[in-house]
Parts: sequence; C-alpha cells; structure tokens
Amino acid sequence: MISLSINGSSQSLGDIDPETPLLWALRDTLGLVGTKYGCGIAQCGACTVHLNGVPVRACQLQVGNLEGQEITTIEGVASEDGALHVLQEAWIEHDVPQCGYCQAGQIMSAAALLAANTKPSDEDINTAMAGNICRCGTYTRIVEAIHIAARKLDQGGTA
Amino acid sequence: MNNLQDGYNDPLDVLGPKQASQLSRREFIKLSGMGAGLALAFVSVPFSKSVAAASEGSEFNLYVQINPDGVIRIYSPNPEVGQGIKTALPMIVAEELDANWDDVVIENSPVSDEYGRQRAGGSRSVPLRWDELRKAGAGVRAMLIEAAAGEWNVPSSEVTTNQSMLIHASSDRRISYGEVANLASELSPPMVDSLKFKAPEEYRLLGTRITGTDNMALVTGKPIFGIDIQLPNMLYASYTKCPTIGGRVVETNLDDIKALPGVVTAFVLEGTAGVPMFDPTGVSITPGVAIVAESTWQSFKARESLQVEWDTSEASSDTWADFVEAAAELRGKEGATVLAEQGNAPRVINDATTKVSSQYNFSFVSHAQLEPQSCVAHWRENIMEVWSTSQAQSLVRGSVASLLDIPKENVIAHQLRGGGGFGRRLNNDYIREAALIAQRVDVPVKLQWSREDDMSFDFFRPGGFYNMQASVDENGKLNAWNSHSIAVSADGKEPNVSAGLRPIDFPREILQHYKHTLTLLPSKTPTGPWRAPSSNSYAFVEQSFMHELAVAAKRDHVEFLVESMGEPKWFREGEDYSLNTGRAVNVIKIAAERAGWGAEQPARRALGLSFYFCHAGHVAEVADVSVDQNKKITVHKVWVVADVGQIINMSGAENLCHGAVIDALSTMMGLEITMTNGRIEQTNFDQYPLLGIVSRPEIDVHFVDSGYSPTGLGEPAFPPLAGAVCNAIYTVTGDRIRSLPIRKSGYTI
Repeated sequence: MISLSINGSSQSLGDIDPETPLLWALRDTLGLVGTKYGCGIAQCGACTVHLNGVPVRACQLQVGNLEGQEITTIEGVASEDGALHVLQEAWIEHDVPQCGYCQAGQIMSAAALLAANTKPSDEDINTAMAGNICRCGTYTRIVEAIHIAARKLDQGGTA
Repeated sequence: MNNLQDGYNDPLDVLGPKQASQLSRREFIKLSGMGAGLALAFVSVPFSKSVAAASEGSEFNLYVQINPDGVIRIYSPNPEVGQGIKTALPMIVAEELDANWDDVVIENSPVSDEYGRQRAGGSRSVPLRWDELRKAGAGVRAMLIEAAAGEWNVPSSEVTTNQSMLIHASSDRRISYGEVANLASELSPPMVDSLKFKAPEEYRLLGTRITGTDNMALVTGKPIFGIDIQLPNMLYASYTKCPTIGGRVVETNLDDIKALPGVVTAFVLEGTAGVPMFDPTGVSITPGVAIVAESTWQSFKARESLQVEWDTSEASSDTWADFVEAAAELRGKEGATVLAEQGNAPRVINDATTKVSSQYNFSFVSHAQLEPQSCVAHWRENIMEVWSTSQAQSLVRGSVASLLDIPKENVIAHQLRGGGGFGRRLNNDYIREAALIAQRVDVPVKLQWSREDDMSFDFFRPGGFYNMQASVDENGKLNAWNSHSIAVSADGKEPNVSAGLRPIDFPREILQHYKHTLTLLPSKTPTGPWRAPSSNSYAFVEQSFMHELAVAAKRDHVEFLVESMGEPKWFREGEDYSLNTGRAVNVIKIAAERAGWGAEQPARRALGLSFYFCHAGHVAEVADVSVDQNKKITVHKVWVVADVGQIINMSGAENLCHGAVIDALSTMMGLEITMTNGRIEQTNFDQYPLLGIVSRPEIDVHFVDSGYSPTGLGEPAFPPLAGAVCNAIYTVTGDRIRSLPIRKSGYTI
C-alpha cells in the first residue's frame, strides 16, 4: 500500500506497482487528470507538479519513492476557499491558452517561480519556463501573464 | 486543374465555398428531431453540464437554447483543437441574437449529420458557418421580438433589443429574453429572407477581445481533453505497430504478455494490407498488437516485454537520403510532366540577361500536437460509442460504421477538446484502432498512444524539392517563371495529399511566360495535411526566390513585390478564395511601414519581408533578425499584417498569429523527420526540438479592416514567416538559405 500527500491530503494508491510514474498514478488511479502526458521523457513539461514546492516532471518520479513528501498538482493551486491563484486569474484574463494542453504545466512552473521571486524579470521567466514547451506558441502571453500575476500579487492577490 | 490559390484542395471538403449556402436550408430544424441516440450521447459524457438543466430551457434551433433564468446556451458545432473555434462560433450567434455575453454558456454540440461539416480544417470553420450562424442568432432574436410584441400588444417593428433585453421604448417597457423564451420558442421560425442582420458598425461582440470559453477549466485542471475521459470500469490499451511502416505481424509472444501484471488481454489486429494512407473516411487499420490492461502504465510497461516478428515485405523502404539524391540529379532541369504552360518561359529565361536558377528543399515534419492520440471506445449490444478529439468529427461515425460493418446510426461520437491538432487529427486512424480493440472487450477502453507512437505513425508534412527559374526584364520587372515541383507520391500518379504544388495563380496570372512541371518520387511514407498544407513549405520557396530575383534585379524588395502584383483585381473575379492583388499590396505596404522598412539597421541586423496568400487570407510578415559570427540568429521582432476580413474574436485572432509565428519559426529552425529503410528516425522531443520560450520574438499583429466577410485564421499566418527570416539572414550575411530546417546549414537560435 502506497499513500501519498497530494494537495494537502493523504491519498491511497492501493497495491500499485511502486515503479509507476507519478503522472499515471495521478491520472489513472486518482483521477487528477490536470497533469498531462506529453512525452514521458521530461522534454516537454506538460506533467509539471511541485514536489515539496519544487517544480518537477511527474513522468520521471516513481510513486514508491514519494511517500512522506508533499505533492502539489494544478488541482491544488487555488486556495482552499476556491480563490484562484493570481496566475490562474491572469491566464484567464489575458486569454493565454490556445489548445491549453501545456498550460497546467506552464502554471506549475510559473507558480514555483513566483513563490521564489515575486518580481521576476523577463530573463528570470525565460530561465524558469525554459523546460515547458507550448506547441501552439503562446509564449508571448505566458510572459505577459506572469508579469500581470506578479502585479496582482503585489496588490494582495492570492498565491 | 482549377484549384484554389493555396494549391490545396482539402480532399475532405465536399463543401466548397460555393456550396456553403446550401447549409441554410436546415437552419431552423428543431432539436426535437434529433432522436434518442443523441440524448444518450449527452448522458454518457461524464463531465458535461447536466442534461436536466439543459432540458429546462427552450430550444430554438440547433444552436440556441434559452432558459427561463436568462441563461443562453449556445452549441458550438466544430472541433476545438486550440484555434479558438469553440468561443468564436458562438460569438457570431450571440452577436446577431444581441445577447449579453455574460448570459451565454457554451457547449460542444453533439456529433450529428444535422450539423453538417463538423471539421477543423482548411481554416474554413468560420467562413463556412458565418451565414448559417448569423441566421441562427438573428432568427431567434426575431422570434423573441415577436413574442414580446405579442405580450405587449404592439407592432414587432417597435420592439428593439439590447444585451438580452427586449425593449418597447415609447411605453418604457422592458422584458428579458429568458422571460419570453418559452413563448417565443413556440412561434414559427421566421423566413430567412425576413431576417435583419447588424451592420458591422453595430457589432458589440465581433472584433472585441473575448477570453476563451474553456479557460477556467484549463487553468484549474478540469477534465476537458480527449485524454481526460474516464468511464466506470474502463480499461487501458496500448497498440504496438511495426517500426518499419506497413509491416505486418507474423508471430508474437501473446501468452507471455497476458501473464504480466495488470494485463487483462492481448491480441493481434491483422489490419489491412499496405502502408497506411491518409484516409479519414475509410476502414484501413495498421497491423499491430493490442495490450489491454488495468492502467495506462501497465499497458505501456507490458510493451517492453513484447516480442514481434514482423513481415516487412510490403512495408515502406523509404530513405530520406535517396530522395535528396534523386532531387540533386534533377537540379536545373524541368519535370517530364507539364502541369501548366503559357508563352515560352524557358526561352525567355534563357535569353534574359538577369535570371536566377535555384533548387530549394524542405524536410518532412511531424505534427507533434502536444496531446498524443487517444480515444475511448465502448462496445455494447452492437452500438459503438467513441470519445475522440478528431478534427473530422463528421466523418468519424461513417468511418467506424464501415469498419465494424454496422449501421452509422449505431455509432455514437462525442467531440472532446484536442490538445493541438495542426491537421493530424483530420485522420481517424486511431479512432478506428480504438473501436476494433473495444469490440474485443466488454467494458470501455481507452487507447493511448505513446509519444513515440505519435511521432512514428504520423501522417507527416511531406518533404519536397523545387527547381525554380525566372528572369527579369531590362526594367527589373519579373517576366518569366519556370517552376518544377519534385514531390513524393504513393500511387505514382499524383503527388500525395499536400505534397508538391499544382499550378497556382501567382505568378501565372501576371505573366505571359509561365511554366510549371512535376516529377514524382515514389514513396510509402504516410503523409497528410499539416497546418497550411503545401503553403507551409512552398511559401518559403516562392518568397525566398522572389527575394533572390529582387536582389538580382537590384530592386528594393517591397517595391519588387508590390510591382509583381500589378493592378488591384481578383485573380478570379467573384471568387472570394482567390488572391486579390489590392489586398495583397495593402498588407505588404502596411507591414513595411510598421516595421520601418528602409531605415538603417545596426550591424549584422536586417529586416526580411515575405507575403503569402492561402486559405483566403492575405498575410505579409517582416522579420527583424540579427546573425552573429557563429551563425546564431536572434529574431528580435516579427510584424504580422493580415487581411482576413471581419475579425471574430480579436484576442483569439491575435493569439493565433502569435502561435503561427512561433510554430513557423520552430519548424524552419530545427524540425525534421527523416527515415531510413522505412523506419522513422525521430520518435520523441529529444530528437525533435520544438522552440522554447527563450527564443520567442516580439510579435506585432495588425489586422486590416477591409470590410470583407470573415475568413479563417488557423493557417494563413504560418506560411510567410520562414521566407521573411531567411531573407533577413541573406541581407545580413549574403548566405541564401534554400533548405529547411536551417539548423542543417549550421544556424542556431
């Protein structure tokens, strides 16, 4: 029996193969399908989640190694009272997505950036977001939305 | 050969622009005729808005339902793959309905023949739906007005609308759409001739910025994509095909596989003979081994133990290097097949003082849409229900029915948001695979392709070659053109879908001396439509070559391009899908002006220009590019100037242009699929370097308000970019790039 701490609550994965990547445990076992499968080899960033606050690729983590660690997925980014994260607000208002498939991963990388750096420069954003591919090419708006979110944060927004 | 100017006749497009008006006949068919099958379809979508809530409202037509509480439900008929259509099409309805956008709830429509062409392809969803959706909205508005007029006992002509409210000004009475919806829906639909449409200056929604209808779901991780479907008792399948495309299964270790953890069953699908073809309506199945397991991971893991002996006797033996060699031998020559000829281009070019002869080529590329193919299928009592992200939803039911030899009525299809499409999802191959696998299992099955499956078994953008020859006269004016398309062909008779180029209007329409010839390269590599088919690669050839000619003639590039268009006219009078030289010149001039064309540039930095017309869109792009001593380029900024008529959603339109620029830059820089002896050599993103955020240019998008009806924007902003960037690189370095991707010529970004 493996159980993981996901979005602040303990989740049992039953008698799952401990080698199962976190990505597939989230999606198939727990029904948390916001974390996306893109490449399976840590090249696209669509499966980005936080492990103890650090952005990681869920396709590369085996669930057997994750007990006792804090995992946050896109479903756990908004606050418990339902208030959206400033990044989620900015993504909607600035109409960032095209197909939207990469955007959960983009937001997870951006959230880790903002948690460490509340006023990121374009260069900081480039560095933090370099591992997240957007096949539709929404990079311009991703950068703009991160700046918008940073301003919201400065004005008391939720992160 | 009367083809569209873009050189691309969508083979699926039974509805050309001319036939679009036929759709209007059934516009006011009541939903009540849709039958039990579709009601069932709604119930089965686990995350759909509740059917109960939907049924409380009053149904007006296929698109509009209004609830007593004022909620206006609009059904969006065409597949959403990131082009923003799910938001854009309802905006057209809401505009003519004069609805308050805050009252609007959007849902995917059912997949039903009543909705006609439920496809995302050819940038045609907006133009082909435009009249129909305006009528749907205006018709409901007329019925609401009539109902309110009846309630108030005043003439209909005295009732106006404003943002979901009906108003009788002289008596100062107001009532909401919701309050009269039930009454209005019982009225006879108005005659189409009687409908009043808004003038563009009256628009409140069209042309404004509306955020995507699914954005909340997307940023909070809600199940919304095809891959997100989960049904009770669902099993998960992988499907392993021969790495040499078209190979068949001889023998495999099914018993070993069945004994692996989580594996429920495994079996061979014999499939159909030959290599897979682009075949959205057909029944072809690529042979392979299905492994059905209790989770995706277990089905993937079990594949690692799979051993298959393949028969590759009928498989592809293509090798990219062979194509390159064959094309090299044709350098400077005409093709044996003459597709078009007027005047005597070879003689004029031969006699000219100033002439250019070049060979261009471009690689095969993969669609690489970020969501790998998946499909959920459920077989029960002779009914097949499928949940898919097809871009050709209206062809899914027929294709699956033919495959399974059941009536089309027994196939229920659901359209889900696709994580990118770019034309890949126009083929329904993976849906047929899922259906065949599900037929062997008595619970719902999700077929999940790995990224490696997705890249290896794509229907690729075909690579190809062009010999280009042309001359300019003593005044520096283009006077003869002789192009030779060297294109892959599966049947040895015609270029593959979207390979090669048929004779197109430019520059044939402006020249006395024009010739276009063809050589076919036999090939078995599957190819298919890829964003702006043909245009996505040929635009680079044509627009780089036009710059070569301008340079050879010692002419300014803007001046040369503008002059080449001649007087303002439609190349084919009365055909909106032909090039209009006035619109072309306009976007070229505006792009040059916005980019500051002609101003002195810093060292090792230059502007490059390109124009292309396809999918009814006229688009000019200017790229501001630096090139350092080590061939590292920086694209500082790209100006996009597009004339696609009326803009529907300004936010979505601008986003699509951003995306087209990034996609095109990504593709021209580094993307290439090669094959050796029929086996695709790139199978994941480590070998297929999509552009990252760091390399993005600043992008300035400007839409010309030309007063024309809207045309599509999924494609036409893609083709000009590569030429613009390469022309700038030439101006900086003197290096004329004639091969894509340019990474092969030593360039990096």
